[in-house]
Amino acid sequence: MIGNIKILMHQGKQYIPDVTTTEVPGIFRGRPEISTEPVDSIALVDLCPTDAIRLNPVQIDLGKCVFCGECAFAFPEKIKFTLDYKIATNQRESLIVKEGEYNNIILNPDLIREEIAKYFSGSLKLRQVSAGGDNSCELELNACGNVNFDMGRFGIEFVASPRHADGIVITGPITENMAEPLQICYDAIPHPKIIILAGTDAISGGIFAGSPALNRSFLNNHKIDLYVPGNPIHPLTFINGVLELIRKRKG
Amino acid sequence: MSDYIAIKNNETILLESIPVLRYEDFLSFNTSLLSNEANHCVHYFGYPLPDKLKLICCIANDEENTILISSSEIKVELNSLPSFSAQHLAFHIFEREIHENFGVAYTDHPWLKPVRYAFDRADRNSTIGQYPFYQINSEELHEVGVGPIHAGVIEPGHFRFICNGEQILHLEIQLGYQHRGIENLFVRKKKLLQRNILAESIAGDTVAGHTTAFVNLWESLCGYTADDDLQYARTLALELERIAIHTGDLSAICTDIAYQLGSSVFGRLRTPVINFFQVWCGNRMAKGLIRAGKNHFHFSGELADQLRKLFDDFEPDYQEMWNEIKELPSALARLEKTGVVTHEQAVSIGAVGMTAKTAGIKRDIRASHPHDLYRQFNHQPIVKHHGDVYSRTQIRNEEILQSIDYIREMIKNPPDVHINRPPLSPPKPDSFTLSLTEGWRGEICHCAITNGNGELLHYKIKDPSMHNWLALALAVRNNEISDFPICNKSFDLSYCGHDL
Repeated sequence: MIGNIKILMHQGKQYIPDVTTTEVPGIFRGRPEISTEPVDSIALVDLCPTDAIRLNPVQIDLGKCVFCGECAFAFPEKIKFTLDYKIATNQRESLIVKEGEYNNIILNPDLIREEIAKYFSGSLKLRQVSAGGDNSCELELNACGNVNFDMGRFGIEFVASPRHADGIVITGPITENMAEPLQICYDAIPHPKIIILAGTDAISGGIFAGSPALNRSFLNNHKIDLYVPGNPIHPLTFINGVLELIRKRKG
Repeated sequence: MSDYIAIKNNETILLESIPVLRYEDFLSFNTSLLSNEANHCVHYFGYPLPDKLKLICCIANDEENTILISSSEIKVELNSLPSFSAQHLAFHIFEREIHENFGVAYTDHPWLKPVRYAFDRADRNSTIGQYPFYQINSEELHEVGVGPIHAGVIEPGHFRFICNGEQILHLEIQLGYQHRGIENLFVRKKKLLQRNILAESIAGDTVAGHTTAFVNLWESLCGYTADDDLQYARTLALELERIAIHTGDLSAICTDIAYQLGSSVFGRLRTPVINFFQVWCGNRMAKGLIRAGKNHFHFSGELADQLRKLFDDFEPDYQEMWNEIKELPSALARLEKTGVVTHEQAVSIGAVGMTAKTAGIKRDIRASHPHDLYRQFNHQPIVKHHGDVYSRTQIRNEEILQSIDYIREMIKNPPDVHINRPPLSPPKPDSFTLSLTEGWRGEICHCAITNGNGELLHYKIKDPSMHNWLALALAVRNNEISDFPICNKSFDLSYCGHDL
């Protein structure tokens, strides 16, 4: 017992006091900025492993980007990845970053459903389904609840049963073999319910896009409430995205 | 002519230099090799030729540091082959895969069931919802089905228990839910960067392990020798990954025995280690760090100082927590003698990694088939003998401390960055390469075969989980079903690494 108390004392405070303003250490690859510098655009497009870069104007789709950073190494004067981890949004088009536009990626409050603000702003229980996820996004979702990020302080938690959940968090490119279990799990969640896509694989298929082993038809039939890009997602991206989703709509 | 060709780890050979045996000789040669405990099967797979199926078997000899490669060509229509598995169970998963993918029917395979319901399987009518579970007809026994979706934030897989009251008599594990067709994508995606990123995505908790296997294989195929700074970065990443995941697993083991202090402290101790990956390469899982023929993220003296400081802070807190748990009766009561894998079981199923090392088998690629800086390490694998959950907890502790020692030694002299590296040549035509690494879970094996134009013809991946899932099924027999979560966590096997 005394040993346990000593350990507690030695740990001190481990939580991040303000997850909305804290800075990430090191050289994180967050929201990219694309300058208007002219470059060999054909080479730039050809370089991207997931066809996330398009032209006229030059743009990166963060829903497809696997954040390998190769474009920024090849064309440092054109593309720079910033430390900005707030890249979640509820509008698919907002994930497309265009040259010369240096705006933050934000949620559109008009697209947040009324019941999300009404029922979930103080408490949100989520069921996670990994549908071909490689376990990196799953590790980061678990990290959201650890003593450092401590998402539980906002009433946001993962629960064991869809019956207890207010929504579903999907990771992975959605395999054919997980298509049915995913649908069953979603159907088991009571209304109203939300859908969050966590990670580039879930948003577009990522590096697996076009694989014959996938079945992404679930996404055609449902409205997505939040897109959280990343490979894997950063816990701060996820927490800030979800907080915006449940808090941003007024009235 | 010899029955086999002996190669070293990461050696490229001409495909035609692999002897082709009659199937009967192929079978007796490879199964008899396993009667020596120094030999184990690192890969056995098939790939289609125009009118037949080519089988390639790779047996590693851990004492002579060689891998013995042999092959056979069979007609699939023959449909009645004796199995390797009837002689030695270690081949069971590989023959099940050959059966599933190509329709080869074995006459005497003990457990010829689907592996992962791959999209390109031979029998498209068989689907994942119809898996033929082992059945019982008893009024006393009952079945418990768990999954594919589990209570925690983890990957999917189905566990079917047959229980007598609270006691587990039998567990059958059905996987395949995570199948993304990744081996096929290796061939279809033509850019090296795409393949490099695919390797990072085989198992996102083993980025350094699988990506090092891929880049070492690819560089060998291209006849490229990695500079010492590339080898240094890969070795360092492998050991850092081991520390990070082992620490996270200690946290999860504490969670599963409801010891919250251990769970929180080990959980937060993992954070600075994975954050260091982010400081080094911009990604907490080390994605982007390891690239064939190059490295964007030089490990500078400044990073070495930061890492030294990190361990100075890490070690006292870590040690204090470990000392507490290792003497805590309520924790030990849950860990000791739970989920035992015996030495005989581990040998018979061809276990690798922590599962093998905790059952008295000294099997570690870093010692037996060293690559990169491990050639200079004289690595001594940590071996435990009880094969229980506590052994698998202890080995994590000892491997963490061993890896910290290795890293402290390595960061005394970080190598200078090489500039003007030569570009990679195209891969050699008609070749075969095999690459082994010791990821934190255990042995990873990648194999590649090129065609006459030097294009990738076939890519095969083996995560250590392929061997070890059966160990979990055996370990829980006669345990209480309430101990299943802690047993499962103590192995921490990969679903996506298995399903590919």
